[in-house]
Amino acid sequence: MIEAHNLTKEYGDKTAVNDLSFTVRPGIVTGFLGPNGAGKSTTMRMIVGLDSPTSGTVTVNGRRYADHPAPLHEVGVLLEARAIHTGRSAENHLRAMAATTGIGRRRVEEVIDLVGLREVASKRAGAFSLGMGQRLGIASALLGDPDTIMLDEPVNGLDPEGILWIRNLLKGLAAEGRTVFVSSHLMSEMAVTAEHLIVVGRGRLIRDMSVADFIDSASTKSVHVRTPQAAQLRSLLLRDGVSVSSSDRDELDITGLSSDTIGKQAADAGIVLYELSPVQASLEQAFMELTKDEVEYRAADTQSLTTDHQELAA
Amino acid sequence: MSTATMNVVEVPSQVARPQRRDVSFPRVVKSEWIKFATLRSSWLTLFGAVAAMVVIALVIAGSIGSKWSTLAPADAAPSGVLQGYFLAQLLIGVLGVLFVSAEYGTGMIRSTLAAVPRRIPVVLAKALVFGGIALAAMVTASVTGFLGAEGLLSQYHHGVSLGDPGVLRVVVGTGAFLAMVGLLGAVLGWIVRSTAGGIAGLVGILIVVPVILGVMPGTWGKTVAEYLPAGAGSAFTNSVHTTYMLSPWAGFAVLLAWVLGGLLAAAALVKRRDA
Repeated sequence: MIEAHNLTKEYGDKTAVNDLSFTVRPGIVTGFLGPNGAGKSTTMRMIVGLDSPTSGTVTVNGRRYADHPAPLHEVGVLLEARAIHTGRSAENHLRAMAATTGIGRRRVEEVIDLVGLREVASKRAGAFSLGMGQRLGIASALLGDPDTIMLDEPVNGLDPEGILWIRNLLKGLAAEGRTVFVSSHLMSEMAVTAEHLIVVGRGRLIRDMSVADFIDSASTKSVHVRTPQAAQLRSLLLRDGVSVSSSDRDELDITGLSSDTIGKQAADAGIVLYELSPVQASLEQAFMELTKDEVEYRAADTQSLTTDHQELAA
Repeated sequence: MSTATMNVVEVPSQVARPQRRDVSFPRVVKSEWIKFATLRSSWLTLFGAVAAMVVIALVIAGSIGSKWSTLAPADAAPSGVLQGYFLAQLLIGVLGVLFVSAEYGTGMIRSTLAAVPRRIPVVLAKALVFGGIALAAMVTASVTGFLGAEGLLSQYHHGVSLGDPGVLRVVVGTGAFLAMVGLLGAVLGWIVRSTAGGIAGLVGILIVVPVILGVMPGTWGKTVAEYLPAGAGSAFTNSVHTTYMLSPWAGFAVLLAWVLGGLLAAAALVKRRDA
């Protein structure tokens, strides 16, 4: 269980985390979602006491992280930037970490096997690929067999097999009743891994809701139609609450009407349809819609380009 | 059962978990020992510092034995053969910087401080582990170099023994001086958090600043230099006492104060700063 109360972190006159309050509950995977620069990593560093909050508090299992007598047994953490000396072997890195808390050699060997690093355990960590480095970081996080696991962007740089492995690992840990808190800037990844979402933008809380609710609330549905009589269909359907846009001469995208209604009305009017398909906005689009005002760095607006293009096509 | 739950990775059950222990200072010391011992660069640099003391002592002894009557008093004194300290201090000092700064450079410090979030034990454990290793290695190197050199010189009937007045203080003191320089390196590592900056600071304090103070007009520069680490060290590592030099024990106390004060400052900074 992680509880943040009015957590704020300022660097000079820049506010990285702004009055953030949330609770991460045990037994489920909670996604920590936000664009780059939203304050996710800063928040996670504050949770394990690496950065101190400007104001507000955060506790893990009811206590400040640093006040636990054996922090490695409370929270296992994988931070985004690598946190491993490149000259030391994976096994020796884990031995050094384990020694601080009196964790035995057997557990070190156990986590090496668990993350699948057995064959390279005696190799220098500096020679590891990104994926192997992530696995070593996860081995570190699991070393203390902690009740809370917190991973910052764990799938970054992983191959598809590694991504699937992480997903299943996280779900397995949550199924055992642990608190699992995972950050990502990819909505699609969170949709398949997490059950609950905490969405932040520019350091502020945007949403704290279940993934299912998020998908429901954020999806705008539209219907894609291809017809040789596009102009005719457009004037037939246009009325209050319905909007029609066109990306090509014989294609229409209609919002505000179901595909059944459109098909029926087209048939009644004798309009030929080549294609009639309901379109659900992707989660990625929904996420971008939600955070569009909170993105810190954004490429120049591409909207005007597509508008010009449409005018040419029309 | 859905396919999703069938894919779930088996994690060793919490039921069978062994007895849990807390973080303690001896455990942090053990962790720091593992960290030092498991880097090849630690041993290579340490070996370099030991070799510098021993080899240079033998080379000096081999070259001065035959021209003893022409030597300046400082070169003929027992500390004359220990001039390898000049190179050894840089090697052991750099090793001290690296023992800390490499953790910042690689990001390891975040793992370290996440495991021991109270932080002060890490600063103390690193000092204890590194100070202990450096002291053992440097005293051994100094004594070995001295005995080897005096063995050569005794063939010319110029040898002195460790038991002669003031000799043990100089020989063991040189080893202790080098260990304290190593600790100053570690302190600089904590303060500047970068290898390049730490090494630059070390060379500046040990070599550059004393030279600049020494060429200042008047005597104030030389008086200040007595209290810098290099000046304080020379007070108990030289057999021949010169002007602008503290007494041996005063010099030792001043250098120790530099080390302890530095560690105090490092601990305060580490506790306060974000990692």
